[in-house]
Amino acid sequence: MSKILVIAEHDGAALNPSTAKCVACAKQVEGAEIDIAVFAASASAVAAEAAQISGVSRVLTAEREENDPAVAAVLAPQIAALASAYSHIFGPSTSFGKDVMPRVAALLGVNQISDVMSVEGPRLFKRPIYAGNAIVTVEAPAESAVVATVRTASYQAADGGNSATIEGTNIAAELPTHTRFIEAQTGQSDRPDLQAAAKVVSGGRALGSEENFELIYKLADKLGAAIGSSRAAVDAGYVPPETQVGQTGQIIAPDLYIAIGISGAIQHITGIKDAGTIVAINKDEEAPIFEVSDIGLVGDLFSIVPELTDALN
Amino acid sequence: MEKILVGLKRVVDYNVRVQVKSDGSGVETDGVKMSINPFDEIALEEALRIKERGEASEVIVLSIGATDAQQQLRTGLAMGADRAILVETDASADPLTAARVFKAIIERENIELVILGKQAIDDDNSQTGQMLAAVWGRPQATFASTVSLDGNTARVTREVDIGLETIEIDLPAVITVDLRLNEPRYVKLPDIMKAKKKPLDQLPFADLGIETAPRIKEMKFEPPEGRQRGIMVEDVAGLVTALKDKGLV
Repeated sequence: MSKILVIAEHDGAALNPSTAKCVACAKQVEGAEIDIAVFAASASAVAAEAAQISGVSRVLTAEREENDPAVAAVLAPQIAALASAYSHIFGPSTSFGKDVMPRVAALLGVNQISDVMSVEGPRLFKRPIYAGNAIVTVEAPAESAVVATVRTASYQAADGGNSATIEGTNIAAELPTHTRFIEAQTGQSDRPDLQAAAKVVSGGRALGSEENFELIYKLADKLGAAIGSSRAAVDAGYVPPETQVGQTGQIIAPDLYIAIGISGAIQHITGIKDAGTIVAINKDEEAPIFEVSDIGLVGDLFSIVPELTDALN
Repeated sequence: MEKILVGLKRVVDYNVRVQVKSDGSGVETDGVKMSINPFDEIALEEALRIKERGEASEVIVLSIGATDAQQQLRTGLAMGADRAILVETDASADPLTAARVFKAIIERENIELVILGKQAIDDDNSQTGQMLAAVWGRPQATFASTVSLDGNTARVTREVDIGLETIEIDLPAVITVDLRLNEPRYVKLPDIMKAKKKPLDQLPFADLGIETAPRIKEMKFEPPEGRQRGIMVEDVAGLVTALKDKGLV
């Protein structure tokens, strides 16, 4: 029988929604017993949240001072120390999971399955390659641990309402001191988080300047939406990098995605193809974004966007 | 520091729209333009800048693959790397095996800093750098957007989902680079001529005595489920109506 350990992503105070999405993926493995591991200095608040996720048997807490905030080199040996009791170790394919999970896999002597988008069997998974231009079905080798990151955009968070057992665990692993956290500089937090937002308004190079992005912000605030962007807009310096959506940015699946002045390169499309509804506003009717959009409007964004913002009163 | 090692992977060019073979056995790579993985170019550019600031004395580029990966190594030499190593193997290396190859070369060459791309744009795995750091027992600084060296430590600002994060690492270490770290230089014709004279060592994979990692088998390839083209609206009023119909506003 499969026993799956899901590595919780959190900020020390609250659980990241990516964790419940990993559980949703783990639940696709038939008959699996699912535990969550919380590594923190003080784990109780995060563990209490994790215990509510449906399908979870136990929440294991590993409390050490070094885990606040934890870097991958410190987390990986602790995760590896728990791994022997499990057939599968899952983490989210967010910047957190992408950083730590391959380090865990290497400590366990296995390759990782990155970006699982569906479970076809206990060792059989689908994942995207070539910026989502191809989907490959892969089989993990028998009799070794399956270490995988879960493509969070492919999963809806598992429901709450559970009350799993919370157990403390002592991990004796020696932790390195060669990697030290200095500081985090987070973007504006008054808007919804790009990964979790139900609506996203995204701007591209056609905005033309940092100032003009104000149009995007106004529309987003009217909708209660998060801000996204194309690589071109980030490279031009109009918006910060954490807003970038696509193959090398964030992969998202909001209910509504509004692409404004974004032509729709394949690398961008791969970041939004699981969105519920895609709206495209672009002056070029030949723009590839219209090939994948549910609602398209050809025209000048500088008149359309303010008009749309007003119309949503 | 003495030596920086940079990985250069030969991949299908960024601009090629990859097609899945009709029998589902792989993707079509025959006659397709091949290039250096774009993130690896950024990694090499960073190594060259570190050397040009006088903070390193030699930049070595390493590729793992068939003989034709020499083309990408020659491009790396033309960009300014001092010498190149090709670890020859017909089978494509999985990330853990690649990490073990890097570790073997690190030990032979006494490397102090390894700079890699954060992911290859073919398999999109994003694993090798982290795995190398693990098997080497050294720090990793992934998704770097700025790197500054200070003696035996480095400060690296990383691009993470919530913004930026800065960490300090002791050397030796592995850094994987993100898009915004730098803009790679263009190769000029005289540099291409000069690169032909730079050393390029070919090393059979078998000579390294590396245990191959258990392989993840690729069973079947298929094209992604496409999204259907939807409706076009004439104006903002039409757009608002369409959004209301879907219950989105």
